Amino acid sequence: MKNDELKTWLGSLELKNPTVLASGILGYTPKSLQRVAESGAGGIVTKSIGLKARMGYPNPTVVQANCGIINAMGLPNPGILEFEKEIRHTKKVITIPLIVSVYGYTVEEYAKVVKVATEAGADAVELNVSCPHVKDTGSEIGQNPELLTQVIRRVKEVTAKPIIVKLSPNVTDIVKIAQVAAKAGADVLTAVNTVRAMAIDAETTLPILSNIRGGLSGPAIKPIALRCVYDIYEKVKTPIIGCGGITTWRDAIEFILAGASAIQIGTAIVQEDPTVFRAVNRGAINYIRKKKYGSIKEIVGQAHLH
Amino acid sequence: MLDKLISINSLRTTQIESVKTENQKTKTYSFTDKQCSKAQPGQFLMLWIPNKDEIPLSVMNTLGNRVFVTVKNVGDATHKLHQMKKGDIVGVRGPFGNHFTPKKGNILLIGGGTGTAPLLFLAKKLAKRAKHLDFIIGAKTRDELLFVDQSNSLYMKQPIITTEDGTYGLKCLATQPLEQLLAKKGAYKLDMVYACGPEPMIRQVLNLAEVHRFPLEASLERLMRCGIGICGSCMIGKYRVCSDGPVFDGKRLREVKDELGIFKLGFNGNRVSV
Repeated sequence: MKNDELKTWLGSLELKNPTVLASGILGYTPKSLQRVAESGAGGIVTKSIGLKARMGYPNPTVVQANCGIINAMGLPNPGILEFEKEIRHTKKVITIPLIVSVYGYTVEEYAKVVKVATEAGADAVELNVSCPHVKDTGSEIGQNPELLTQVIRRVKEVTAKPIIVKLSPNVTDIVKIAQVAAKAGADVLTAVNTVRAMAIDAETTLPILSNIRGGLSGPAIKPIALRCVYDIYEKVKTPIIGCGGITTWRDAIEFILAGASAIQIGTAIVQEDPTVFRAVNRGAINYIRKKKYGSIKEIVGQAHLH
Repeated sequence: MLDKLISINSLRTTQIESVKTENQKTKTYSFTDKQCSKAQPGQFLMLWIPNKDEIPLSVMNTLGNRVFVTVKNVGDATHKLHQMKKGDIVGVRGPFGNHFTPKKGNILLIGGGTGTAPLLFLAKKLAKRAKHLDFIIGAKTRDELLFVDQSNSLYMKQPIITTEDGTYGLKCLATQPLEQLLAKKGAYKLDMVYACGPEPMIRQVLNLAEVHRFPLEASLERLMRCGIGICGSCMIGKYRVCSDGPVFDGKRLREVKDELGIFKLGFNGNRVSV
């Protein structure tokens, strides 16, 4: 779909449309990312990559909830030295921005992975400081303002590419954390990662996920994510990517009205397939035309005007 | 979120109703599960072994509300399952994935090892409608052969049995009788070949399909986590084995030929040899 009505910007990063593949979904291989790109996505975020390979947790790693999915994959990834080849290969087969999601256990680990990823061709990196189910990384960094500041500042030293910070909803005040990230130099904020959750089986009396705790995604968390985006937009000038339960074009528009410049889609792939990107874009264009707006960009944060 | 997905993917706990020893390393389990009892041949389910793991298993048969799965003891999870008895509790979600397309006419099924299980399920559905139904059952050795008796009673023709060490049936790979059949002068045209088993076997069947131009459907296996097409653990080419597959036709198999029988993704998302 070639149309400027859908064009949007995340700082210096231009997207042909506002739909971005969320981290953790598909996201390992060049061919799977190429398929998402061909399905109409405006950008792609890879699986979270660390300095060293990680196996992830044993199954069950996914459990169905009433209106969403709880997962605790445990950040399985081949490590940046292996993944570097996949980044280079992926850059050859896609034309949309490739955003590499990065996690680390220390400030230096984040910096090392970001350096390799951007040198291999990543157009931006998304710092995973919000994974709710792996100890000593993810949200344990994103919930600590000092550590978060150090990570962002250090990462900014090793690359000039845009730094996206993915925020956790599992904090007392997400706006405060967003302000900390913005002040430290984040170019873009993604709101939000999954909501900490669990499932227990009554018959066996056991927690179902092997890691016990996981993160809830899907329609169940959409209203929470929407509120987070709305709150952050009120106080922070940094561009926002909305994420959480977006399944239809209407969901996407709601996030844009709340203040998101782009949106991420993840769990919806389970019911809609990667074709969900095209469907959301088509719906968004129809909406823009019907309402006689000029473009998506024009309505970012419109819900705040009332 | 679609009600149907929620219903299929929600974990149900159920009791093991029967355990049958098929051979030294393989057992067949049955349990009641309404949704999975509607599975078509080729579809799979995720079986939760409490306190241990959750593994993908092909449906081997259904009977009323009961579903049967055949499991080879190959690792920690299957070892634990092999110690479980009638009355023990397991969890199940599914059925997932696509299924074999039932065809009439001249049909050949080729199964290697536990790959024979979903083909037996398919053969039961096809037996009445097929003109010719050949079933090649292969294994490394006699003790690992599966369903030789059951497939015998299905239809008039005897299954063709192969073992790599020659301890039973023909001493050859399962693909060899197919090659011979195709080479025979005046051999009937195959309307469909269904394959399930080790990937090198499937690769060889695909090679034969390319030369002799017969339609093919093969069921593939990969490491699986979510089972519903989001985690990307089971990719082959651009396809997700759990939701675009597990059954692939000849066209799609050719598309993924640079990976088929060569490598798959490991637990880290790294490439490991098949």
